Amino acid sequence: MTLKSLFLASTLIPLATLAQSAEIWVTNEKDDTISVIDVDTLEVTRTIETGERPRGITFSKDFSRVYICASDSDTVQVMDPDTGEILFDLPSGEDPEQFVLHPDDRHLYIANEDDAITTVVDTQTRKVVAQIDVGIEPEGMAVSPDGKIAITTSETTNMAHWIDTETQELFANTLVDSRPRHAEFAQAGRELWVSAEIGGTVSIFDVASQSEKGKINFEVKGVHPDRVQPVGFEFTEDEKTAFVALGPSNHVAVVNAETYEVEDYILVGRRVWHMAFSPDKSKLFTTNGVSGDVTVIDVAKRTPIKTIKVGRFPWGAAMRP
Amino acid sequence: MLRRFCTTLFLAVQPLLAHSAPIDVPVTYVRQKQAPLATLSNLDPRPDDLGTAGAQLALLDNLTTGKFLGHNYKLNLVEVPEDGDALAAVTTALMTSQLVVLDMPAATARAVADLPAAQTALLFNASAPDADLRNADCRANLLHTIPSDAMRADAVMQFARSKRWEDLAMVMGPRPADQRFAAALENSAAKFGLKIDTKLTWDIDADMRRNAAQEVPLLTQSLGDYDLLLVADEADDFARYIPFNTWHPRPVAGSAGLMPKTWSPVVEQWGAAQLQGRFLDEHARDMQSRDYAAWAAVRSIGEAVTRTGSADAQTLRDFILSDAFELAGFKGRPLSYRSWNGQLRQPIPLVTPRAVVTQAPLPGYLHQHSEMDTLGFDQPETTCEAFQ
Repeated sequence: MTLKSLFLASTLIPLATLAQSAEIWVTNEKDDTISVIDVDTLEVTRTIETGERPRGITFSKDFSRVYICASDSDTVQVMDPDTGEILFDLPSGEDPEQFVLHPDDRHLYIANEDDAITTVVDTQTRKVVAQIDVGIEPEGMAVSPDGKIAITTSETTNMAHWIDTETQELFANTLVDSRPRHAEFAQAGRELWVSAEIGGTVSIFDVASQSEKGKINFEVKGVHPDRVQPVGFEFTEDEKTAFVALGPSNHVAVVNAETYEVEDYILVGRRVWHMAFSPDKSKLFTTNGVSGDVTVIDVAKRTPIKTIKVGRFPWGAAMRP
Repeated sequence: MLRRFCTTLFLAVQPLLAHSAPIDVPVTYVRQKQAPLATLSNLDPRPDDLGTAGAQLALLDNLTTGKFLGHNYKLNLVEVPEDGDALAAVTTALMTSQLVVLDMPAATARAVADLPAAQTALLFNASAPDADLRNADCRANLLHTIPSDAMRADAVMQFARSKRWEDLAMVMGPRPADQRFAAALENSAAKFGLKIDTKLTWDIDADMRRNAAQEVPLLTQSLGDYDLLLVADEADDFARYIPFNTWHPRPVAGSAGLMPKTWSPVVEQWGAAQLQGRFLDEHARDMQSRDYAAWAAVRSIGEAVTRTGSADAQTLRDFILSDAFELAGFKGRPLSYRSWNGQLRQPIPLVTPRAVVTQAPLPGYLHQHSEMDTLGFDQPETTCEAFQ
C-alpha cells in the first residue's frame, strides 16, 4: 500500500461512515437548540439553534426536511437537516406544541396549546388549510396509517378528538383520564393508544367504534403512584411491544402490546418525556427533561446502556437514518 | 387574525357529543365583601375580582369540555356587602343551584353550611384557611379548596427540617389572621420536631418604608440567635421590610422571604405556564392563591360532572370524595379531596417573589397513602366527625 492510499484510507473512510451514520435529533425546550446524537458513537455531534422553545420535531418522509415546533416563536420551522439552515417558517397558529405529518407527506396537523385549536398546514403551499376547535391545551397528535383519521388529545378537557381528514371536522370525542399527553395508532391502525399523565394510565381504543377496549396501569416499585405519569410512547417494528415514558417516576415501562401487560420497567433520567428508536430499532433514546440528558436503552436486553448530556429540558426526539 | 379568518371558514363545526343527554350545571359564587386591611405599602393593589376571576377561568375550562358532552355550565356571581346578609343571599342562590362556591369568613361559611336549605347542597370554601373548619367545625356539605393554615405552615417546617434549621424565632402581627397563622406555625414546628425559641408581636407603628433599616434590627436583636426567622403577617403589612434588616444575618420565611403559597405567578412547571397564560389573557393580571382556590372549586365540579354525567349535588359529592376523583391542578400530582374533612389535598409551592424554591411535600416526607397528607390535618389528627 502506498503512502497516498494509506492517507486516503484513514481520512475518507471515517468521513464516509460519518455521513451514513444515523442520528437522533433532540429538541431542547429551554435552550432553543437541537442536539444531534450519532447513533453509532452515542455522542452529540452537532448543536443547532432553533426558534424559541422547540418541542415537537419530525422529519419529512424522505428526510430532506425537518419540521420543528418553535412554540414561543408561534411557528413551525422547516430546516435543512444537512446544513441546519432554516429554509422557511410555516404558519402554525399560536404556540404549536406537538404535531404529526400526514402519510401524504404534505399536511401537518398541529396542536396549538394556548388556543384550543388544531391547525392543519399544507407544507407545499405553506398555507393553513383548516383550524379545528378542540379542547383546552391540545397536545397529543396522531394520524392513522391510512391517513383518514387524525387525533388531537386535549390536556385540560381530557379528551381524544377524532378528526376526519377528508372534511377536517370532528366526528367523535372520547373521554380519557386526566391530562392526556400522547396518542399513537397501533395494530395497523385498528387501535388508538392515548397516555394520561395525571390519570397515570394508557387507554386503548378500538378505532372502528371509538370505544375503549383496554386500559394499562403502571406500578413502579418504590415510586408513589402520583409520580407515575405516562407521557410519550413508541412501538417496536412488529408492534408487539410498547415503550412508555413514565415522567417523574424516571422509568420507561415495557408493555406487551397484545396482552396490555407491563413486562418491565427501565430506569432512565429524570422526568422522561418522549423517545425515538434507532433505524434498526435496536436502541431507544429517551429525552429526560429535568436531568437534561438522553438515556440510550438496549431494546433487546431492556437495559439502559448510556446517558448522553444534551441541552436544557430535552423534549422531542426524532430519528434520521 | 389567522384564527378569526379560519373560524369563519369552519363555523360549521358541530362537535359530536360523547354522551347524549344534555344537562345544565348552574354554579353560584357568593362573595361577602371584606374591606382590605390597611397596609404600609401600596405596592400590591388588591384586585376587585380576586377569587371570582379564577372561578370565571374554570368556567371557560368547563364550558370547553362541556360543549363536547352537552354539559352547559353557568356561573352566577353574587356579591354581599360587608354588613349584608350572606345567609339570605345563599338561601336565594340555593333555589337555582345546589353547587355554591363560598368566598367569606369561616364563621359565615359555617353558618351557610348549617342552613336547612343547604343540607343537600355541595359547598366549596375557597377563602377561609381556618383550622376549625377542617376539624371540630367541619361540615359534611362543605369542601375546602383553599389550603388550611396548617398545610402552609407544614410546608415551611418541612423545609426548615430538611435544612436542619432547628432553632426558630418568630415575629407576628397583632391581627387575628396573623395570630392564627402564627399558631399554625407553632403547631407545625412541634409536629416536625422544631422549636420556636423566641417570638414577639410586631407593634411598631412607624412608617417602615422609611424606618425599616433602623427599627427592624433593634426589634429582632431581642430574639437572640436562631437559624430561621418566621414572620406571620397575613395582610402582608410589615413582613416585606424584615428580610436583610434583621440583627443576625438569617433567612426569613412565612409571610416574607420563603413563602408557602397556594399559587403564585412564579409557578410554571407541570403545565402551570399554560394556566398562568390563560389567566393573564382573560384577566390582565397575575393569578393569585384565592383565584386558584376558586378555580379548583369550579374545576372540581366540572371534572365530577364530566365523569359522572350528572349535575346532582349528592352524586357529585360522592364522586369527588371517592378514590376515582382526580383533578389535574397544574401542581405535578393529581389532586383529590380528603375523605375525613373535605380538604383538597395539594402540594404547596415555597416561593420567593421571583422563583419556586421547592414544592412541599418535600422528598423524604413519606406517608402510607399520599405524601400530600404530610401537609395539614391527617386522618388520625382531625377532630372532624361530620364525614364519618
